[in-house]
Amino acid sequence: MVNTKVNLCGIEIDNPVIPASGTFGFGYEFAEIYDINILGTFSFKGTTKQERFGNPTPRIAECTAGMINSIGLQNPGIDAVIKEELPKLKSCFHKPVMANVSGFSLEEYAYVCAALDKEPQIGWIEVNISCPNVTKGGMDFGTSEEAAASVTKAVKKATTKPVIIKLSPNVTNIASIASACEAAGADGISLINTLLGMRIDLRTKKPVIANKMGGFSGRAIFPVALRMVYQVKKAVKIPIVGMGGISSARDVIEMMLAGACAVQIGAENLINPFACKEIIESLPDEMNKWGIKDISEIVGGAH
Amino acid sequence: MCINDRFIGGTELKQSIYTVESNKLIASNVYEIVLSGDVSSIVSPGQFVNIKLDGLFLRRPISVADYSADSLTLLIKVIGEGTEALAAMKEGEKLDLLTGLGNGFDLGKGSKSPLLIGGGIGCAPLFMLCKQLCDGGTKPTVVLGFNDKSEIFYEEQFKSLTPNVIITTVDGSGGVKGFATDVIANIDYDYFYTCGPEPMMRAVSKAVVTDGQYSFEERMGCGFGACMGCSCKTKTGSKRICKEGPILESGDIIW
Repeated sequence: MVNTKVNLCGIEIDNPVIPASGTFGFGYEFAEIYDINILGTFSFKGTTKQERFGNPTPRIAECTAGMINSIGLQNPGIDAVIKEELPKLKSCFHKPVMANVSGFSLEEYAYVCAALDKEPQIGWIEVNISCPNVTKGGMDFGTSEEAAASVTKAVKKATTKPVIIKLSPNVTNIASIASACEAAGADGISLINTLLGMRIDLRTKKPVIANKMGGFSGRAIFPVALRMVYQVKKAVKIPIVGMGGISSARDVIEMMLAGACAVQIGAENLINPFACKEIIESLPDEMNKWGIKDISEIVGGAH
Repeated sequence: MCINDRFIGGTELKQSIYTVESNKLIASNVYEIVLSGDVSSIVSPGQFVNIKLDGLFLRRPISVADYSADSLTLLIKVIGEGTEALAAMKEGEKLDLLTGLGNGFDLGKGSKSPLLIGGGIGCAPLFMLCKQLCDGGTKPTVVLGFNDKSEIFYEEQFKSLTPNVIITTVDGSGGVKGFATDVIANIDYDYFYTCGPEPMMRAVSKAVVTDGQYSFEERMGCGFGACMGCSCKTKTGSKRICKEGPILESGDIIW
């Protein structure tokens, strides 16, 4: 028997596998095809103060071993999330859930976090300061140490829940931004959000994505994500949630050796809706294969 | 299972492996691919499958043209990498499909004389629709529009179902010269169903005199409602083409 339990910012989860925000909705689509209570937790669709339709379509482009998305934070807004989505979510998921929030000002981030603070099922708040698909706010908050620290401080004042800051890879030095978040009171760091990318349609000779650029994710980005998690692990003491291109139990172990105490699975859910289930089910065998008895003991083992 | 009030139509999503029974070029750049396997999640015409292809990351959504107890037929036009890979599939090869996707056409509209309007490869999902309408006792009128004679497919198959089949070609090399929408004015119908390129469906919306249903397409991430990649605005809020669509009712569409 191996132990797959990990402790994420004071909350024990059954395994380190967490579907990433934006690839799992509020869980229902997946609850129709498997029991999502096998998950460690999941990070729900990025929520903002106001309802957002998001960007024009096409929002999706194919890439070698990956994809580009430019959804633009489509969500029903915090009031509808609390009133409609959370009660439904509760009916199919019985564990603490990770809320993912975005904003266009410090006030908006704080407002959404304060509203979620009263919701008992919210275990963690993952603060997205790295969305590449919105024109103001979003990634702007994640590309300087000062801005990242100011968001961290604002949300920490607004909630008592553990706050995990989700970082952008589209920066010169991700470790220094992670350190700034830690110093400002963050309880954890998650990384990486998508890499800014682009495709051009040879028939139209124009960008495939209506918004021209979008976030590149999928298996192709795994080595980049792994490297950044490794760098951030060197810089901070708080827990790290590693993500970017993970598609197998082997990748989970590799990401944890780099320094992640839990991992998120994103694009893989879209091409294989059973991806998280398959990864969770194959994790014990993969651990046995590499002589790992307790998954939490390998965190940062590559350092 | 949990209750999801946004879940309209559709069925249980299934992933399974299918065998290519045949793959034939049936018109210019158009292939008919017959697959055998589990079709239990396909319950209505207008639904689609999402196909995993070697070397491509995203699955490719393709509407179902026909299905029976243990096989389904896809009609594809070669446009990009995904359809190129599909066109190259050989008999006996395997494909990984997600099925049970999309809401499908709603046949319960009480129409006595439905009109089906297809444009190019958009004629594909209308075939199963036509079959089921005929099985239900109505003989729809079918208008199939193509650019030229070389692109015409399934003319005989549609004619075997209903006597009222009109072919149009833009250059006049086959059937009636003109667009599919040019012949609608002379047809008696009390409801319509259409699938084709968006400019054609926009023209349909101006030419028709009744309510009806439109089948849309969009680039998709997942095909089952998770990624919000294919959202569109409608009069009743935002909808996902893959989940609340691909069929939208005329009164709901913002052109």
